[in-house]
Amino acid sequence: MGIEFKKETFRGDYTFSNSPEAMKRFPFPFDKDSYMYAVNMEPHTPVREGSVYYNSFDVDEHYVSEMADRAMVLDEDPLRCQSLPHMELHGWDLLELIMVEKAKDYPDLFQLTRDGDKWHWVNKPLGIDDKFTFMDASTLPYGPMEYITRQTQGDFCVLDQREDNLWMDAGMVTTQADWSLDFDIGMNFFEWHAPVPLAHEKGIFVRALKFLLNIQQGAPARRLNWTMTVNPLLDTSPENYHKWGIQKTTLTPENVGKKQHLRVELQTFFRLPRSNGLVFPIRCYLACLEDITKFPKWGRRLHRVIRDLPEELATYKGFIDNRPMILEYLSQFDDGAETSPGVWPED
Amino acid sequence: MSAAKMNVRVTDVVEVNDLVKRFRFERTDGELMPTFSGGAHTVVEMDDNGTRRLNPYSLMSSPTDRSAYTISVRRDDEGRGGSLFLHNHVKAGMEMVISNPVNLFSLDLRGRKHVMIAGGIGITPFLSQIKQLSAANQGNFELHYAVRTPALGSYVDELTSQFPNNVHVYYDDQNQAIDVEGLLSGQPLGTHIYVCGPKGMIDWVLAQATAAGWPENCIHYEEFLAPEPGKPFDVELAVSGKTIHVSEKQSLLEAIEEAGVDAPYLCRGGACGMCETNVIKSDGEFVHNDHWLEEEEHKSGKKIMPCVSRFVGKTLVLDR
Repeated sequence: MGIEFKKETFRGDYTFSNSPEAMKRFPFPFDKDSYMYAVNMEPHTPVREGSVYYNSFDVDEHYVSEMADRAMVLDEDPLRCQSLPHMELHGWDLLELIMVEKAKDYPDLFQLTRDGDKWHWVNKPLGIDDKFTFMDASTLPYGPMEYITRQTQGDFCVLDQREDNLWMDAGMVTTQADWSLDFDIGMNFFEWHAPVPLAHEKGIFVRALKFLLNIQQGAPARRLNWTMTVNPLLDTSPENYHKWGIQKTTLTPENVGKKQHLRVELQTFFRLPRSNGLVFPIRCYLACLEDITKFPKWGRRLHRVIRDLPEELATYKGFIDNRPMILEYLSQFDDGAETSPGVWPED
Repeated sequence: MSAAKMNVRVTDVVEVNDLVKRFRFERTDGELMPTFSGGAHTVVEMDDNGTRRLNPYSLMSSPTDRSAYTISVRRDDEGRGGSLFLHNHVKAGMEMVISNPVNLFSLDLRGRKHVMIAGGIGITPFLSQIKQLSAANQGNFELHYAVRTPALGSYVDELTSQFPNNVHVYYDDQNQAIDVEGLLSGQPLGTHIYVCGPKGMIDWVLAQATAAGWPENCIHYEEFLAPEPGKPFDVELAVSGKTIHVSEKQSLLEAIEEAGVDAPYLCRGGACGMCETNVIKSDGEFVHNDHWLEEEEHKSGKKIMPCVSRFVGKTLVLDR
């Protein structure tokens, strides 16, 4: 694979940036010139080699720095990682899933050797080489979920399935779009989605839940979600709103192209075999408007989507006040030409 | 969307008693079986003399044993033929197709104690659940198992010798019956009840537990409905533009599949909701047999679960 891991920050001096190669694989979320909530699930099967949809768990140039940022968040706020007492088995399921998939997809970076329950895990980018006993948490430095999610990009909601519902009973959440695991822990699917506007009325959550309850082993699904973030912040949590919320007021017509980021979440859903739970990884990709608009199709389309987005959604996604400035900037990339269907930049 | 499938070879067929046979499946590609959770089932595909049968059976092997899956099948001489096919025609060495595991009857892992109530062949999901609990040292379970006679008590000896303090067996021919009321009244906080067996037993336990004030979310049951035979009827499939005939012993879902129309399914027993189908037009009476749709939906005439439900009347047009 030969990924060159960047040393960069997602706070303070914000040295994060995307290489041109990373931009080519950025998961631009809009397949047409407008946006409205939809269940929009599809099977999580490989699409286009090199894309973020190719492997079960995408590893990219930001991996090592994202993990360093996660460690900092956890140092300051350990409650970003929680697991209710009945969720340890789910944690082992997740550890197994990630180790097996990463070792298969990135054999030069990750190696897993198993002899019965004696496991040996090597994570070269992070310099980890651990031997442990599968299903014996005392042989790991953290619980199984925390151990493996400190080594995997993206947030992880680990859900228990019972009473025809899903329950947010464990998770590792440090790169979230303004929601809190500490607040949502123990909630069911409808409870944790309660703040989302418009979608309840459209019956979207009822249908989405039916779909998720039926996700089968070996047949994961995925969807995209998105929002806007000023500065390349991974940690836009309610807990730290006092630190990042105010940064939304620093946008100017001069800096909007570099400071305003489109934040895309690649959400995937896997059945966990031993616990019959689900894991819901939410992987965050950031790209500034300047980089996105280098692709003419994306520039035209993003302008139209942001322009026509219902007010409730722009408010919920937290950029209603900055929308005029964002539109002013994006309009220079929209010559009114037609755009081709689909998300890919060159098609 | 249906569960992924595996090619397997039957590596062992064992007669457990006069009514029950056990089948062991290994993958033909030599790979390991997928891990599963206690209470999961697999759907076994059968080609019964030209009739395609897909029946769900609970996995009874240990969830941690990935070398093979085992199921136990009770012969149903009055049934539509799936169990008879397995009993009469399936021999060691045969190749078959089974689905990835699906669990509609999993343990509530929050439970401080698990009380399992089994009737007859309803023992099978508990066998894997007990193995899961004992492997994780979360052995706080009690099994109450009713069988007709000692000779027909599948796995009674194994269970009582391995878990002498947890397993209680009741023989119908000795007039022993599970004292459900007494059993439910003495349980500590955090106990979950699980029932699998004949419909009468499930209904009895549910009624007793509800009357005793048990919270709904602490009562779990699994009942696979076999599709009931009924009068033949015709159906129009609007999307695929086909008209199909559902014969007396066939389910609507089977008839749809026979016509070459790909319809989603999982449990084929009216429980999972996967095959839910919209009704575009109907003139007649629905015979709803599923546990999935709400009563209102049954009355609405707008939805049907083709795995177990039927129709009597002039016209039925489905969105399929």
